[in-house]
Amino acid sequence: MADAPGRVLVVDDNKVNRLLLSRSVEMLGHSVTLAENGRVALDCLAEGSFDLMLLDIEMPEMDGFEVLAAIKSDPDMRDLPVIVTSSVEGLDNIVRCIELGAEDYLPKPVNKVLLQARLTSCLEKKRLRDEQRALLNRFATQEVARDLRETGFAIGGRRIEASVLFCDIRDFTALSEDQPPEDTIELLNAYYALMFDAITGHGGIVNLMIGDGLMALFGAPKPLENPAQSAVDAAREMQEMLEAFNADQRMRAAPQIRLGIGIATGEVVAGYAGTQDRASYTCIGMTVNRAARLESHTKAIGCSILVDEDTYLAVAGTSAVEPITGVTFKGFSEALSIYSLA
Amino acid sequence: MTAASVDMAVLADLQDSMGEDFAAELLETFLQEAPGMISDLKAAAAAGEADDLRRAAHSIKSNAALFGAGPLADIARQIEIDGLHEGAVTRLEEEYGRVAGIFRGVVDG
Repeated sequence: MADAPGRVLVVDDNKVNRLLLSRSVEMLGHSVTLAENGRVALDCLAEGSFDLMLLDIEMPEMDGFEVLAAIKSDPDMRDLPVIVTSSVEGLDNIVRCIELGAEDYLPKPVNKVLLQARLTSCLEKKRLRDEQRALLNRFATQEVARDLRETGFAIGGRRIEASVLFCDIRDFTALSEDQPPEDTIELLNAYYALMFDAITGHGGIVNLMIGDGLMALFGAPKPLENPAQSAVDAAREMQEMLEAFNADQRMRAAPQIRLGIGIATGEVVAGYAGTQDRASYTCIGMTVNRAARLESHTKAIGCSILVDEDTYLAVAGTSAVEPITGVTFKGFSEALSIYSLA
Repeated sequence: MTAASVDMAVLADLQDSMGEDFAAELLETFLQEAPGMISDLKAAAAAGEADDLRRAAHSIKSNAALFGAGPLADIARQIEIDGLHEGAVTRLEEEYGRVAGIFRGVVDG
């Protein structure tokens, strides 16, 4: 019975122990990297990728306790399973290892059968965790995934200053009726890939996709210095990318697409909404409504990017702006000043 | 009553599970490394460095136990836990001498 091979880092200051452990692990079909103390181990972890660490406790320069503490305080490393292999004296030392986050403790001399059982189970857990992380990254954005990993999941929101961007393909329904569904999905995928690049490239996250429309958030969960500026820069890049995309479409005699983008800046309530079983990172508030109305207003007046006053004010010195005053939106009692960006 | 310096059954287990050649390589490595560990231990004792003393004793204990050298492991363990007692270093060196002789015989077998 061969386990899926793993990359194992063996950390021990004693040469006999290092030899024995590495041979034992290799005999189980895994690959081994050796480190002779904690400091070297952390260097190895910084340079390479590992599935598991076998860690000695008594070591010069940096002992196993210090290694455990360093690993568990680093979000990129803290998922690495660590099995402590030691003949350290005292139950309190073993307890301390477990409290510091060690997955398990194997007394030396390490029993081969136990070692195999622990390795297999730890590597399986690591594989599941990696899979989970990959899934999380696919269905949530990197920032949300990181936020979830670091602070955990809790229903509830907080008020933050953010910019909200809505974007939609003009006349997409008509477009999709004229071509086979496969082409429509392919078109959407190409479009989303470009838009995601532009948005995440400026620190935003896409937190909603509905058909051909999307909503992006700038300034949450990761704070940005000037969310409005980031959102406007992203919008401009989206339009530029779309031009390149359309040029490519023209060459293939495929349909062109055009975008409407609305951006609003202000207070939003952001957080995880839903139930304990099914929730998403989202944001709500008047700022969100305003951004949605601005986006749909681009159709009414035939422009490509519309922003609200707060966005305009935060983006000082933006050229090619056309103010449009006295616009009233459904659901807003007062007339708004909005700005069209060329 | 004096226990045997090396429990040959432990050594045989090691040879069984890791292969005779590799077990010999391990013993060879121990014979190369142990004098250094013992001099580390003596240096730490002379300098009054408790952490270094504990670490050196720990290393000797760990290897001695692996190869079935029970009495040697016990002496080292005593030093690891309690520090040095009168004559401990001498007893450790004498016991290591016996163990090394036996291991040498196994390796050269």
